[in-house]
Amino acid sequence: MKLLFGSFLSGFLFSIGLSISGMTQPKKVLAFLDVFGNWDPSLLWVMIGAITVYSVTYRLGLANKTPLFSPAFHIPEVKSVDKFLVFGAIIFGIGWGLAGFCPGPALTSLMTLKQDPFLFCLGLILGMFIFKQLRQWKAL
Amino acid sequence: MLQPLFGGIIIGLAAGVLWFCNGRILGVSGILGGILSFTKGDTLWRILFFLGIFSGALVCYHLYPNAFEIAGLSPTRLLTAGILVGFGTRMGNGCTSGHGVCGISRFSLRSISATLIFMAFGALTIGIVRHVLGGV
Repeated sequence: MKLLFGSFLSGFLFSIGLSISGMTQPKKVLAFLDVFGNWDPSLLWVMIGAITVYSVTYRLGLANKTPLFSPAFHIPEVKSVDKFLVFGAIIFGIGWGLAGFCPGPALTSLMTLKQDPFLFCLGLILGMFIFKQLRQWKAL
Repeated sequence: MLQPLFGGIIIGLAAGVLWFCNGRILGVSGILGGILSFTKGDTLWRILFFLGIFSGALVCYHLYPNAFEIAGLSPTRLLTAGILVGFGTRMGNGCTSGHGVCGISRFSLRSISATLIFMAFGALTIGIVRHVLGGV
């Protein structure tokens, strides 16, 4: 039960942070990515703020033996940079640069009931399913 | 500068809460992917995370609708972008939150590499769309 409260609170804060930061405005995100045009670097501050805070909270958390509401920390085990990581990041980057949406802000924007985030999120889920199917068929 | 910085700080706190309380990395594509590839006993916390997102979004949208201004792109472009982002984030095991925020903070070589790559290709893509193809 407490575990569920933890994830609800985290999601709640996360979407508020995204909305304040400007990440839920695709125009702003595209202007941030458009380094060859009229570049708007202001979203760099989002990363600076988030990374600064999480660098501390991540390590403070690890100083405890276990998380508050769960038996163990889930630390990603894979350490090597492989071709999946590289090609995955390339494909994600192309999609991000095409529409200015990444998963968090797009899902947050669903609550506006506007068409744009719905179409994007439909594609998002479709793309995830396509990858999962290809993996299951061992095509990748 | 202040709004992005303040928003970023809250994003960092949100990731901190998930880590402190549940011992999970806040990676949106990973949390969503885990719902789609259903595993018993590992789904409800993910759903609650998204219910949290939707609740926070409703509050923000009512207080400040301008924070959700859309770019007015074509449906084909939005759908294509979504498919690429969904496929790519599953293949590369993370998106802006999991790699860009959490992974970099953990000094993960994988996440630092992924972030540099997806930012470079994001810039390249919008650069080509706008300055080579003359699109929006």
